[in-house]
Amino acid sequence: MRYTPHTPSDKAQMLRAIGFDSVEELYQHIPQMVRERARIDLPDGLSELAVGRRLAALASKNATASDWSLFLGGGIYHHFIPSAVDAIISRSEFSTSYTPYQPEVSQGTLQALFEYQTLICQLTGMEVSNAGVYDGAAAAAEAVLMSRRIQPASRRRVLVSRALHPQYRAVISTYVKNLDDVRVEEIPFEASGATDVERLASRLNDRSMCVVVGYPNFFGVIEDLAPILALCAGAGAQLITVTTEPFALALVKPPGSWGADIAVGEGQSLGVSMTLGGPAYGFFTCQKKFVRNIPGRLVGETVDTEGRRGFVLTLATREQHIRREKATSNICTSQTLCALASTVFMALLGKTGLRRLAEVNVARAHEARDRLVGQGKLEAGFTGPFFNEFVLRADNLDDLFKRCAAEKIVPGVALGQWYPEIKGGLLICVTEMNEREEIERLVRTISG
Amino acid sequence: MSERKSSDLSEPSQANRKSQSAAPRLLFESGSTGRSGFYWPAEEAKGRTAIPAAFRRDEIAGFPELGELEVLRHFTGLSQRNFAIESQFYPLGSCTMKYNPKINEVVARFPGFAQIHPLASADLLQGALELLYELERMLLEISGMEQISLQPSAGAQGELTGLMLIRAYLAEQGGPRKKIIVPDTAHGTNPASSTLCGYDVVQISSNAQGVIDQAAVEKVMDEEVAALMITNPNTLGLFEKNIEAVAQVVHARGGLVYLDGANLNALMGIAKPGHMGVDVLHLNLHKTFSTPHGGGGPGAGPVAVKERLSDYLPVPRIVKNGGQFELSEDCPKSVGRVRSFFGNFGVLVRAYTYILSLGGHGLEEATRMALLNANYLRKKLAKAYQIAYDEPCMHECIFTDRLQHKHGVSTLDIAKRLLDYGFHPPTIYFPLVVSGALMIEPTETETPETLDSFIEAMLAIAREAKEQPELVKNAPHSTPVSRLDEARAARKPVLRWEPAQAENK
Amino acid sequence: MEFPEGLRYSKEHEWVLVEGTTATIGITEFAQEELGDIVYVELPDVGEKVVKDDPFGAVESVKAVSDVYAPVSGAVLEINDLLPDNPETINDDPYGDGWMIRVEMSDMDDLKDLMTAEEYAEYVQKQKDDEDEEEDEEEEDDEEKS
Repeated sequence: MRYTPHTPSDKAQMLRAIGFDSVEELYQHIPQMVRERARIDLPDGLSELAVGRRLAALASKNATASDWSLFLGGGIYHHFIPSAVDAIISRSEFSTSYTPYQPEVSQGTLQALFEYQTLICQLTGMEVSNAGVYDGAAAAAEAVLMSRRIQPASRRRVLVSRALHPQYRAVISTYVKNLDDVRVEEIPFEASGATDVERLASRLNDRSMCVVVGYPNFFGVIEDLAPILALCAGAGAQLITVTTEPFALALVKPPGSWGADIAVGEGQSLGVSMTLGGPAYGFFTCQKKFVRNIPGRLVGETVDTEGRRGFVLTLATREQHIRREKATSNICTSQTLCALASTVFMALLGKTGLRRLAEVNVARAHEARDRLVGQGKLEAGFTGPFFNEFVLRADNLDDLFKRCAAEKIVPGVALGQWYPEIKGGLLICVTEMNEREEIERLVRTISG
Repeated sequence: MSERKSSDLSEPSQANRKSQSAAPRLLFESGSTGRSGFYWPAEEAKGRTAIPAAFRRDEIAGFPELGELEVLRHFTGLSQRNFAIESQFYPLGSCTMKYNPKINEVVARFPGFAQIHPLASADLLQGALELLYELERMLLEISGMEQISLQPSAGAQGELTGLMLIRAYLAEQGGPRKKIIVPDTAHGTNPASSTLCGYDVVQISSNAQGVIDQAAVEKVMDEEVAALMITNPNTLGLFEKNIEAVAQVVHARGGLVYLDGANLNALMGIAKPGHMGVDVLHLNLHKTFSTPHGGGGPGAGPVAVKERLSDYLPVPRIVKNGGQFELSEDCPKSVGRVRSFFGNFGVLVRAYTYILSLGGHGLEEATRMALLNANYLRKKLAKAYQIAYDEPCMHECIFTDRLQHKHGVSTLDIAKRLLDYGFHPPTIYFPLVVSGALMIEPTETETPETLDSFIEAMLAIAREAKEQPELVKNAPHSTPVSRLDEARAARKPVLRWEPAQAENK
Repeated sequence: MEFPEGLRYSKEHEWVLVEGTTATIGITEFAQEELGDIVYVELPDVGEKVVKDDPFGAVESVKAVSDVYAPVSGAVLEINDLLPDNPETINDDPYGDGWMIRVEMSDMDDLKDLMTAEEYAEYVQKQKDDEDEEEDEEEEDDEEKS
C-alpha cells in the first residue's frame, strides 16, 4: 500500500507483540453502526506516473504567465524568482520539519526566521516584525484586533479607506463582525485615487480606534501619509498601513519612516510563486512598545548553557497554546516556508538587487501608461503617483478583453465588480516580467 | 538516519558538539559592501524619477550584500541544523508527521499551478477550479459531511470560520447565544478561536476513562450554549465513545456540535464524523493529508458542514455549470471572506495529489497501520513508562514521567535526551490534564524497525534516569546548541539583528 | 522557606504589609518558586481600583501565566517601577524589593480573611504534603505492579 511499509509478516509480528489477532479488534469498541457506514467510497489509488499525468492534464487547462501576457496585479504579482530560492526551500530539512518547539534541533528554521524578521523590519522601516501570518488580508484583520487590545474601550471605531484592497476590507469586516463593540466605517477616495483626507479629518474623533490605508493602495497609488498620520496623532487613533506590493518599499518611503503604528502587508511578491494567490504570507510589523500585543510567532535571540548564540520562539505566553482563551490570536500553524522563501530571495537580491528590479518596474509601468493613454483608446484613471500599477478607463471593457484574449493577453483587472463608480475601470500592472515587446503588443491590440 | 546506539552515548563528549559546525553568522554579519547575488542588465532610467521626491527612500539600510554561492552555503548550513521527517523519526502527538510525498512537490511546481493568477477570469482557470471542486468532493466523502469550503489557511482559521458559521446560523434562528463548551483536553486553539468569535468558554472535564460523558455536558448545556467543540479521537488518543449521546444533548437544546478534525488520521475507514452527530468540522491538510509542515506552515484548514449550514459558507463557492466551473459570490447569507483569493492553493494541490495516490483503500489502510504502530509503541513502552490510560489507543498514546520523577528526571529531560539518540521528541506537556504528558504519534509511514529503535532509545533513557540521572537532566549533549535560556529571551526580547550587536560577537 | 511575621497571607499566595490604611502587596516565596523564572509582570495603573479576590495583574514565566489576585480592595497608590525592566526581582526578593503594588484600602475588614505567617506556613506545608502523598500512593501502586 502506498507509503505504508508493513508487510504481512510485519503486521503478524506486531499483532502478536500487542496480543491482538487483527487490527480491527483495536477499534471494536466503536459502535457497529458507525463502523459499517465508514467505507471511503473513492477510486483506488493511482501510480505515481498516472497521478503525474492526471495533474499535468489539469494544469494544462490554466492560463499561465509563461503562455499568456498577464498584466495582473491587485494583490498578487508576477515577479522574477531566482532558482536558488526553490533550491533552498525544497530542502527537506526545511520543508518537512515541524514548528520549532525543540529549539536545539531547529536552529536552521529559527535563525532563518530571525533573519526574516530583521529583513522585514529593514524593508518597512519598522521596529519589530513577527514570523508571518496567513496572508495580507489576515494581517490587516489581525492589525485591527491588535489595535483593539491596545486602545481603551472608549475607542472602537475603525476607519478603513475604500481604496484598500476590497478582499482585505471584506476579511477585516468578517473578523470584527463577531465583536459587538467594533464599528467599521469606510472613507472614500478622491480624484487622485488616494484616500479623501478631508473626509477622514471630519470622521476622526475621540472614539476612533485606528485608520487603515493601503500603501500603495489597491489602485496602485502611493498615498501621502504625512497628513493622514498628523490627523491620527491629533485624534489619538492608530495608523495601520497595508502594503500588498512590498517591491514598492525598495524605492518608496517605508511606513516606519512616516511613523505608522502597525505596518502589515502581503509578502508574495518577494520570492513566492503566484500559485493562484496562496500559499504566500502576511508580514506584520509594529512599533517596539506594542510588542507584547503582537499576534503570531516571534523568534528571539538568546544563549545556550555554554554561552553560544542561539534562537528560540519567545513571548509565547501571548499565544494560544498557553494563554488559550486570553491569547492575542488563535494562530498556530502559519506560513513559515513561504517566509523562508522571501528570506532567501531578499538575501540573494540584497541591497542593490531589489532596488534595481523595483526601478525596472517603475520604468516599464510608467512607459506603458504613457503609451496606452497616448493611443487614445484608454483614458487616464487616477492622477496620483504610482509604483507599478495604475488605473485606466475604457469605453467597452468586454470588447477589449475579448480582443486581448485572442492574442493571449489579459490586459488587467476589471474594477466593476468592486468599484461600479469607476466606469470602465481597468487596473493594469506592469512588472519586470512583462517584456517591452509584450507591452507593445498590448498597446497594438488595444488600439485595434 | 542519525540513530545512535546507547553505548555510543553513555558519555557525552565535547567532540560530539564541536564536530558540529561552529555557530553560523547571520546574513548581516557576512558579505561585503557592494556585493550582490543577483544580476539584471541595466535599463534606461526613463520613468525612474516618476516617484516624487517626497516619497522616495534611500537605500535599504542593513540589507545583506552577499554573493550567490555565499547565500546558498548560508542556507544549506542552516538546513543542516534542523531535524526533519526525512532525516529523523518525528513522533509528535496530534501533529501526524507522516511522509510528505515528493510527487506532491513536483506537481505543485507545474507552471500550470504555480504561475497562475487568481484574478484571471474563470474560463482561464478551469483546471484549477476542477481540482478544487474534486478535492471538495473527496473531503466530503472522507468526512461524511455535506458541503465544504477550502478557504481557511490553517486548522485554527478553520475553527474560527466554523464558529462563525455556527454564529451566523444561530443568529438567524433567533440569537447567536453566548457560550461554547470546550473539554479540558482541547487544543489551545479551541478556546482561543471561541474568544475571537465573541463567545465565552465553558470548560468541562473528561471523566476517569478520559472521555466526555453525557452527564458532564448535561450539567452545562442550556439555551445560552451555541456549540460544543470536541476532538475525536481526543488528545489522549481515545475515541470519544459517547459522542452521539453527547451530540443529542446539545442538539436537543438547539446547539451545534463542532469537531476539531486534527486527529482524522485515526478515523479513515473506521468512523465518519458526519455520521456521529457532527454539524461542523475542520480538517488539517498538513496533518492527515501529508502536506509538508514547512517548519511552521503553510497548511490548510478546510471547513465542512451539514446542509443546514451551507448558506453561510465563505465566498466564493465553486459551482459546476454543465461542463464549466464557475465562481459564485451570490451567497447573501455567507459569513464573508476569511482570507484573500482561494486559500492556500499550493497546499490544496498537494492534498489532492495525495488522495489520488492513496484512493479509498489506501486511506483506510493508512488509518489501520497508524493504529497498529501506535499500539505497538504503547505496549512496548508500558514496561518502562507510566501509561496514562491502560487500554488500546487510537493513533497516539500518552505516557507520563511519574516513574522517572522519583529520580528527579522530568518529561522535559527525557525529551532532550531523545535528541541525543537522533529522534525528535514526542509532544510534551500536552494535553494539560495529564501531568508531564508525553504524547506519541508514530503515523503509518514508519517501519517496525524504526519503532524498535525508538523503543530501544526510550528504554535506555529510562535506565539512564535510574542509574545516571545527571546525563538525562543535562541533555542534549550532541546537538549544535545545548539548552537555551528562554527566560532571557522573554525578559529582554531581541527580535532582530541591529548593527550595534555585531560588536558583541 | 521564609514566612515573615509582620505580613498577612492569602490562599492565592499573595502577601500583604499593612501600614495604617495602606497595603503593600506582592506574591510569596512559595508562589515565585512554583512559577520559575519570571519574565514579565503585568501591573495595573496608578489610580485604578482593585477588588478583593479579583485579579489585578499577572505574572509570566516562560511557559505559564498566572493571575495575581487582590487580597484586599482599594485604589492603587503606587506600582513598583523596578518590575517592568527587572521582573526577576520577584524571584530574588519576593517580600522586599519584589513588592508589586501599594493600595489605599477601602475596607479594613478585608484583613479578617487573611492568614498569619504561622497559618500560611501550615497551609503551604499541607499543600506540599498533599503532593507528596499523591506521589507516595503512586509509588506504592507502582511497586505493587512490579
